[in-house]
Amino acid sequence: MEYKISNRLRIAAIIMMALGLIGVTSGFLSANSVKTVEDVKVLLAEEAHHGHGDAHAADHHGESHNEEGHHGASHDEAHGAHADEGHHMSHEEHVLHQIHNRPWAALYVGAFFFFMIALGVLAFYAIQYASQAGWSPVLFRVMEGITAYMLPGAIIVLLIAVASGTIGHYNIFVWMNPEVVEHDKLIQGKSGYLNMTWFIVRGIIFISGWALYRHFSRKFSIAQDSADDNKNFKKNFRISAAFLVFYIYTESMMAWDWVMSVDPHWFSTLFGWYVFASMFVSGITVIAMITIYLKSKGLLEFVNDSHIHDLAKFMFGISIFWTYLWFSQFMLIWYSNIPEEVTYFVTRIEHYKLPFFGMLALNFIFPLLLLMNSDYKRINWFVIMTGIIILCGHYLDVFNWIMPATVVDRWFIGMPEIGAILLFGGLFLLVVFTALGKAPLLAKGNPFMKESKHFHY
Amino acid sequence: MEASKVIHAIYTDDDVLMSAVKKVKAEKHHIEEIYTPFPVHGLDKAMGLAPTRIAITSFMYGCVGLTVAIVMMNFIMIKDWPQDIGGKPSFSYLENMPAFVPIMFELTVFFAAHLMVITFYLRSRMWPFKKAENPDPRTTDDHFLMEIAVHDNENELTSLLQKTGAVEINLVDKDEDAH
Repeated sequence: MEYKISNRLRIAAIIMMALGLIGVTSGFLSANSVKTVEDVKVLLAEEAHHGHGDAHAADHHGESHNEEGHHGASHDEAHGAHADEGHHMSHEEHVLHQIHNRPWAALYVGAFFFFMIALGVLAFYAIQYASQAGWSPVLFRVMEGITAYMLPGAIIVLLIAVASGTIGHYNIFVWMNPEVVEHDKLIQGKSGYLNMTWFIVRGIIFISGWALYRHFSRKFSIAQDSADDNKNFKKNFRISAAFLVFYIYTESMMAWDWVMSVDPHWFSTLFGWYVFASMFVSGITVIAMITIYLKSKGLLEFVNDSHIHDLAKFMFGISIFWTYLWFSQFMLIWYSNIPEEVTYFVTRIEHYKLPFFGMLALNFIFPLLLLMNSDYKRINWFVIMTGIIILCGHYLDVFNWIMPATVVDRWFIGMPEIGAILLFGGLFLLVVFTALGKAPLLAKGNPFMKESKHFHY
Repeated sequence: MEASKVIHAIYTDDDVLMSAVKKVKAEKHHIEEIYTPFPVHGLDKAMGLAPTRIAITSFMYGCVGLTVAIVMMNFIMIKDWPQDIGGKPSFSYLENMPAFVPIMFELTVFFAAHLMVITFYLRSRMWPFKKAENPDPRTTDDHFLMEIAVHDNENELTSLLQKTGAVEINLVDKDEDAH
């Protein structure tokens, strides 16, 4: 059973990327058109005039020095370690930085979101092998297709992160800015870990570990198709177990490095797990969606409703797991109310009410109620609709990780954000569906294939 | 009524039982009941039983539990005895809501689980000290028993059941008062 990416899909993906590139470029151009503090003054006056930015401006004068923002890191008053530095900067200067940060942050959010899907699927795939699951081998080729995006996606994320601290003006990670570190005792204390060289070295270690596993598991999986013994399967079993150990450490560290360090003063010990839940549920959702898409093309006839049912059960279950971790993190910090910790949520609840609480509705309430009924988990279009909601919710989740630290209250989902989604979404589709066409859609040599084909719930 | 006579067909394997059920259903005979030592997957569908509604009751019980938790915490912590815990004065339910979420969760699960089990027992007409309805004690060990009502067709039924692999076929007078 072969699949070839259709010309229509390829062209659609390329058009998406082109449109996305236009959006991203225009985001950078319009951000760079605001060059000086004087420009910002004009802009703020205009906003105030239109009544639109009124609340923003007022808010800002009064409170910006208490918040964690781009430079919030450098004047977190709770520590008092370096309160002075921040006050050298005027409000307009802050706004200027935030305007310049936005296209970078938007690009980073989009890139991370699609990368995270591929890495989540890779973990799911490894779990299937390590647990010798009998139900899922019919889906292996779909998963392998999605994980093809892991390597390019991860490299893009790391490149954007590094570029923001070299080509850009430290637009995503303030700790990359030596001037900030100079006045910041807390970041100085962490600089043994949080410095550019180590950031890059760690990134390369993470990515090469994941890419090696993905390369060999795919190789053995294809070799197993024509083998007459189970040697390749056994190798895959072993490397999957080893990969999961590697993954559980590197995924957490990646979450600290690539996500949590945008707020370098703040930390949460379960952040890695929280990011994991997000990538896991998005990944499983995409497996279900692509499987249903291929089925609608008349392919994958060996995938039955019970397989979709199981994927939907995972979507339901991991959505709740995500909420559990999110809430565990939130409640402890909210309850103890320690200024340097709670500032993270104060910023989000003050300036990000809609995405912050909207994300909870999309990631928890909707999947909970929509997928609760057992019969609905077998209705393909229903799974697709719920999947779209879950993906939107987890995009917002990534948005809430990065944006508050970089643009504070000057957020919007406009040209740069949608542009980044289209750009990386198009690339994701192109890479994934091209990879799907490179091998038969049935991993027929897998020893559990018969069980999987007859899987029935 | 004639239905007081029933046939008990006994099987020793759940796969044989499943195919027997399908054959008996195909011949349009009504299966009264099947006794098995363990739950046999897919048996309810093969017998043509209506799908269970226990999930719906479970959802409703969960909603009751959630409501009880909300009302209870509102009374205890906001109305009856507001306290200042960790700098969070309990004057507003909404502002203190995150602290109550674990209680909401626990009571939702508690109500859903316990009431669902109780509903299941009542619906199955089981209560303490009830005499077992089980017609043959071997069905609690390793035998499967299919009970079919007889309507003057015992010969036809017996030959059909023999073909399905029953190891034992008994014609019994069913005493309706027994349960």
